[in-house]
Amino acid sequence: MEPLIKVENLWHIYPVGNVTALRDVSLNINRGELIGVIGQNGSGKTTLVKHFVGLLKPTRGKVYIDGEDTAPLKVQQLAAKVGYVYQNPNHQLFARTVQAELEFGPTNLGLPEDEVAERVEQAIKFFGLEDLRDLHPYRIGFPLRKLVGMASIYTMKPDIFILDEPTTGQDNITTRKVYHLIEKLRDEGATVLCVAHDMILLAEVVERMLVLRDSELIMDGTPRQVFSNHEVMASTHITPPQITILSLRLRKDQQTLDDVVLSVDEMIELTKQSNTGKK
Amino acid sequence: MSDKKPIIEFKGVTFWYGGANDKPAIKNINLTIHEGEYVALLGLNGAGKTTLQLCINGVIPNSIMGEFEGEVIVYGNDTYDTPVREMAKFVGMVFDNPEFQLSQMSVAEEIALGMESLGFSYDEMTKTITEVLEIVGLRGLEDRSPFGLSGGQQQRLSIASALAMRPKILVMDEPTSNVDPIGKEEIFAVAEQLNREKNMTVIMAEHEVEVMAAYADIVVVMHEGEILLNGTPEEVFSNVDLIHKLGLRMPQVTEYAHRLNQLNLASIKKPYPVTLDSAVERFKDIL
Ligand SMILES: Nc1ncnc2c1ncn2[C@@H]1O[C@H](COP(=O)(O)OP(=O)(O)OP(=O)(O)O)[C@@H](O)[C@H]1O
Ligand SMILES: Nc1ncnc2c1ncn2[C@@H]1O[C@H](COP(=O)(O)OP(=O)(O)OP(=O)(O)O)[C@@H](O)[C@H]1O
Ligand SMILES: [Mg+2]
Ligand SMILES: [Mg+2]
Repeated sequence: MEPLIKVENLWHIYPVGNVTALRDVSLNINRGELIGVIGQNGSGKTTLVKHFVGLLKPTRGKVYIDGEDTAPLKVQQLAAKVGYVYQNPNHQLFARTVQAELEFGPTNLGLPEDEVAERVEQAIKFFGLEDLRDLHPYRIGFPLRKLVGMASIYTMKPDIFILDEPTTGQDNITTRKVYHLIEKLRDEGATVLCVAHDMILLAEVVERMLVLRDSELIMDGTPRQVFSNHEVMASTHITPPQITILSLRLRKDQQTLDDVVLSVDEMIELTKQSNTGKK
Repeated sequence: MSDKKPIIEFKGVTFWYGGANDKPAIKNINLTIHEGEYVALLGLNGAGKTTLQLCINGVIPNSIMGEFEGEVIVYGNDTYDTPVREMAKFVGMVFDNPEFQLSQMSVAEEIALGMESLGFSYDEMTKTITEVLEIVGLRGLEDRSPFGLSGGQQQRLSIASALAMRPKILVMDEPTSNVDPIGKEEIFAVAEQLNREKNMTVIMAEHEVEVMAAYADIVVVMHEGEILLNGTPEEVFSNVDLIHKLGLRMPQVTEYAHRLNQLNLASIKKPYPVTLDSAVERFKDIL
């Protein structure tokens, strides 16, 4: 099967300051995958995912979406297929009201009015934006503005859904909403890429992680593989979730991948098993 | 604790932004912060953390419109009749969205801007710029434009700018929300070091409870404009039911301790461990 996203020897150099932000990155992503993109500040995560929406073009190398070379494509041409929720919602939102913001995408895709209305209602309900409909996006706080950013991509139902730091500034309740969003997208068959520093979120929702360091892709593996790789952790400015480190430190001598827990639930399970073993 | 000097005092403080908001953003806040304390504010979005912080340098009530009741005293100054630029001499602020703060031509100039206003000499400025960029891990980017920095790099820059002004009180509003995990640890650790060595008082709003429990002396839990809990991380995170009821999270190791008890898998006495090291010690025989 042809990969949904195919990246071949991708380089990106920002002309301003002559910064090499991506160096010879190659990877494939298949339909339906849930992927986390991690790495330290400035390692190239945002630069990488912006190539999938056409916001940036390769300096060298190729990016194919669904078999099509993105180089000649405009953002608008990719918009039906790929949605990008910006790291900073101020760069994304421009309509006068939240409602208009949510209508913009699907209307632009040429969907009939009733379909647009239905999608907007769904999004408003899912994200709990009922009271904000008529407000200017700049009149609401940063965390809610970020949810509006997610909602306005959700109404376009793209095949590929890219979230750049979706939980920045979010409290525990809205962070849970992001979990549900990702699960819902998965159930609806979307391919999800989530750029994040929030390892607790990623550990619980993604199946595969791409690790960037100094503009290069240095690891591609499951969360258990990535979090238990001490060399990669130490050199990329990433710390696994606290509960994962606890499990690693308590099981120093006899580590297998199964001993690497990703959540408090898994840690409880491991404790139960080990209790049974002792008896 | 009692030998410490109280330097920030909130006495019955209530603030309404007005407009469509019928409820006050903070109400009847009574809070004393001592010199050299490291205080973390925890609460849901909209709980009032930022509003409380803006009262410390007097932006509320002096620059932001609204209705203000009560008194905030900072180093003996009543914020109500002290100009914000006077307060800026000893209160440094770092906000969560640095782009609004960025203005100058280069990273180095950005830091120099605040120092100039406080009358630092040229030599002092050059030396301090190097120092603070080293602290936040941005050495080498002196000549870059702040707008060509990544999200986390911009946040590191605003922390550097605040540190350069050598504030006695450093107020930080989710300063590391875009910073990578180790960078976050480093910034919390730097704040702790300045707090210990220079007796700098730190008041930090933050959602990530694991770092908060590891670095703060005091955790203040806010909900709908009020302070519900105020104590050491151990004390605060022992109130499991309330924390859960408010929709907040506990550090993962604390949640684990609590669940072990609930499920009768082990008998863990309170206070629960709230940091990784104390959890490793407490649970060393559990697996
Ligand atoms: N518009 C730009 N002009 C010049 N350089 C840029 C620009 N945007 C980013 N860079 C640089 O490119 C590199 C990669 O930046 P990128 O935004 O992709 O990092 P990131 O991994 O998303 O970081 P963060 O975790 O801080 O968001 C960094 O060195 C950054 O300073
Ligand atoms: N400029 C403003 N004008 C009107 N109301 C405001 C303004 N800023 C905040 N509020 C309201 O005041 C209340 C407290 O908000 P505040 O920003 O202090 O909360 P917070 O705890 O900092 O939240 P967050 O975690 O989202 O940063 C909220 O109901 C908010 O909507
Ligand atoms: Mg980024
Ligand atoms: Mg706030």
